Amino acid sequence: MEATLSCENLTHTVGCVGKARLGSVRGGCKKAAFGAYNVSWKARISVTRDLGVGSVSSRGVVGKVANGELRVRAASGNGVAPKEFDYDVVIIGAGVGGHGAALHAVEKGLKTAIIEGDVVGGTCVNRGCVPSKALLAVSGRMRELQDEHHLKALGIQVGAANYDRQSVADHANNLATKIRGNLTNSMKALGVDILTGFGSVAAPQIVKYGRIGFSDKTITARNIIIATGSVPFVPPGIEVDGKTVFTSDHALKLEWIPDWIAIVGSGYIGLEFSDVYTALGSEVTFVEALDGLMPGFDPEIGKLAQRILINPRKIDYHVGVLAKKITPAKDGKPVQIELVDPKTKETKDILEVDAALIATGRSPFTKGLGLEKINVITQRGFVPVDERMQVLDSEGKPVPHLYCIGDANGKMMLAHAASAQGISVIEQIAGRDNILNHNSVPAACFTHPEISMVGLTEPQARALGEKEGFKVSVAKTSFKANTKALAENEGDGLAKLIYRPDSGEILGVHILGLHAADLIHEASNAIAMGNTIKDIKFAVHAHPTLSEVLDELFKSAKLDEHHAAVETPNQVKSVAA
Amino acid sequence: MATSLHLSLAASAPASALRSSSAFFGNAGSLSRPSVVLGIGRRNANLVVEAKIREIFMPALSSTMTEGKIVTWNKTEGEKLTKGESVVVVESDKADMDVETFYDGFLAKIVIGEGETAPVGAAIGLLAETEEEIAEAKSKGAAQAAPAAPKPSAVEEKAVAPPAPTAAPAVAAVQVAPEPTAPEEPRSSRIVATPYAKKLAKQYSVDLATIAGSGPSGRIVAEDVEAAAGKTPVPAAAPVPSVAQPSAAVAAAPSAAPTPAAALAPAGSVAFTSMQAGVARNMVDSMSVPVFRVGYTITTDALDALYKKIKSKGVTMTALLAKAAALALAKHPVVNACCKDGKSFTYNEDINIAVAVAMDGGLLTPVLKNADKVDIYSLSRSWKDLVDKARAKQLSPAEYNSGTFVLSNLGMFGVDRFDAILPPGMGAIMAVGASVPTVVATGNGLFGVKNRMTVNVTADHRIIYGGDLAVFLQTFAAIIEDPTELTM
Repeated sequence: MEATLSCENLTHTVGCVGKARLGSVRGGCKKAAFGAYNVSWKARISVTRDLGVGSVSSRGVVGKVANGELRVRAASGNGVAPKEFDYDVVIIGAGVGGHGAALHAVEKGLKTAIIEGDVVGGTCVNRGCVPSKALLAVSGRMRELQDEHHLKALGIQVGAANYDRQSVADHANNLATKIRGNLTNSMKALGVDILTGFGSVAAPQIVKYGRIGFSDKTITARNIIIATGSVPFVPPGIEVDGKTVFTSDHALKLEWIPDWIAIVGSGYIGLEFSDVYTALGSEVTFVEALDGLMPGFDPEIGKLAQRILINPRKIDYHVGVLAKKITPAKDGKPVQIELVDPKTKETKDILEVDAALIATGRSPFTKGLGLEKINVITQRGFVPVDERMQVLDSEGKPVPHLYCIGDANGKMMLAHAASAQGISVIEQIAGRDNILNHNSVPAACFTHPEISMVGLTEPQARALGEKEGFKVSVAKTSFKANTKALAENEGDGLAKLIYRPDSGEILGVHILGLHAADLIHEASNAIAMGNTIKDIKFAVHAHPTLSEVLDELFKSAKLDEHHAAVETPNQVKSVAA
Repeated sequence: MATSLHLSLAASAPASALRSSSAFFGNAGSLSRPSVVLGIGRRNANLVVEAKIREIFMPALSSTMTEGKIVTWNKTEGEKLTKGESVVVVESDKADMDVETFYDGFLAKIVIGEGETAPVGAAIGLLAETEEEIAEAKSKGAAQAAPAAPKPSAVEEKAVAPPAPTAAPAVAAVQVAPEPTAPEEPRSSRIVATPYAKKLAKQYSVDLATIAGSGPSGRIVAEDVEAAAGKTPVPAAAPVPSVAQPSAAVAAAPSAAPTPAAALAPAGSVAFTSMQAGVARNMVDSMSVPVFRVGYTITTDALDALYKKIKSKGVTMTALLAKAAALALAKHPVVNACCKDGKSFTYNEDINIAVAVAMDGGLLTPVLKNADKVDIYSLSRSWKDLVDKARAKQLSPAEYNSGTFVLSNLGMFGVDRFDAILPPGMGAIMAVGASVPTVVATGNGLFGVKNRMTVNVTADHRIIYGGDLAVFLQTFAAIIEDPTELTM
């Protein structure tokens, strides 16, 4: 239900809009809101009679007007910020980043609204991490059931394992629906206003939203957080038809299982899909523009991953080539992929496959945000921010009250990084300075076995060590030495610790092995808390558990004894930041 | 994962292979890692280019390795190599190892292709210092390869395989290596084969150019390759081309009980894997050593009782026997010695008990080091680790070829006695049979039932004489019959 009285000033549709609460029920009180009257057009001052706004949630949100109270507020002129606000925080985009920020904002007593242009949950929940985990759960079980050798070693006998494609696809879809519901409910229960439409920044501290092209609703916000996320990146020359040439968005629907699929890009997304497709019976050809598979991973982990995840499977690959042109299958012809040398542009090969998955990364979804109005210029689509996620204008100066988190700023394109950035921003808004240490944000790739990492890779650490003049050491432990892993007959894997032998500071941890994604947090938490190996090596781990892989890893680190005495917590921090 | 090795200029040095540590444990950076030296050398002194073109030799990964099999070339011809990069994976008789380069340069020529074998020290590839020298290296390589080993399929395969990504165009223009001149029709010259079909073609050494594809748009699929290779497609067979699964050659303790019902004998002749070839070679070599055997029957009631008591603490029978042998060896050092040159005794400082283990039918001898000094619980733990590593083909050379005495136990099968072949380089091997209840006459003129087992030691008579073995076995029996010493 909505009632709107807009003010006369067409050029500045601001402030004076009576907001509708879209019939949302909060605290059992159905609100009817209606709009503003203009008291003085010239001064562009509007009076809003906001019924029900103040009643928001029983949690006692601050900075709000009481039920039925008359409120006067200044509508802004061009570039002039309003003095009173509908919300303390308005978040544009309801993905995992926005959700994390919203929940934390409520906890801090801020009045919060979130604008969702598509569906709550964003990429992660609807087209990314969440449904892909459902598919990977199936692929993991299929792998186990197909590995006769492995089963025999455990004394298990099973008949031929099979799967029903539609049921697998339904499982993924149901999971996304369920998590989306959870997210929506958690925000509603806490009193976050969920506004539907495409949001954009109209002026400092003013947000417009509504259907695309009809964003006719305007709200004011003390702080705006942009959390619009990203979409799959499709390089030019590649024609996506959504059937035979597609991105992860389509692939997650699992509409069919091609006999032979080319995966363009061998990062996290490509690797996870290769795990899914080969488990379900496809053969896979990787096309990677860089000179090696799995760029971005620690080289040693990448090498081992290739031995475990690529070589024994029905996978081949072309590295150092660019997929210049991809034509979808039509008229009985297969998908054609033209591979060229990235430097000479010479055609190297033409692949003919049944399908092609484009997993070449993601590009920020920031078009139409209206940032140009406030003198912010995106860089390759990414919103420039400082270390506090505050948006920077074209002169590199922070724009007051405007933040950008998650994939849209491109600092670290991970759902949980977005959420962590959101929480960091809310902390600042609530008056506590906070800078997120991105080196403490873990990442995981959910192949079988999993890969996880936090902090620097060995080459990065060595480069930093050389630059800043400290020694870098590496310790490694094998899953083969772990009782639990051997009990599971899953001894493949390696954990690697990169550290400073002088201070005991953890620079990076990389794990490839059973449940690596769950194991990494001991290391990432240690980095976040500034714990050194000296502290953590005394922590006790239950036996027999996989966590002992890390226990052994920390214990195997060799620290310089004489240096240990002079090290201070401050030194540790300065390197971690 | 394989142990990493480095290529270097020096001649191959097998001795250092014994000291190379597994890549997993302890060592810091890859650059400071102790390395196995792999030979890259200069041979053809009459070639002007020899200063810039280096041969990559087959490395000696263990003291018993005489030839190695190329599992994979991680680099393609023409590709740039950076110091420390893994270039090739070599399968020795015991493990797969990554071999890294010590030099920057270009892989000019692959002399020995994937799946082929070469003797230790033979050139397996050529390394050019600069891109310009690749062509020269190639012609040199071609001349060299011709008499060495006929390997036409490897070259042909390269022609259809994915092209080398960083190969400079100049190289292709001056290529001298004999390329098969396929008919240059734009369509038919291209071979479309699925990833699995390519893997199988490599595995079965089938030339993809000779196969007609039955898949969509005439692509070659796995079934086509299997049909061409005369293999019936095995349902759900995992493509694991490089894992050797040899059959038993020597009596050894089984690690996985074979299920006779499932065992199907493959038809025709099947070539030895590297491991099997290594076993065969050792067995033939053993003929040159004059051996003799001495047997002894020992009452095991006390040992059985002890085993029952400490089994729950993870102690294994293998560890108990190894410990007992080690304690006996400590008192009779000559049985722990070996004869290397036929002229002298070589006494070993440490007592390292190698225990024969059947691995999927193959044979490995993980070593329990300092078994006389290490306590029984630690010994049992190291034994478990070794068996796990052996199963995964993860043993480092030091973990399988540092033994000074060998133990082989078939008792768990009910074998009551057998005799073992003495492996070359060892002084003695003990074959342990099953302990079985036996009616015996006891000292006081009565009968009794006691558990008894028969052990049989095979020894090199050049250094170990009958009397030596007899007193050694007497000591061994005394320890088994009063095993309190084992847990101290």
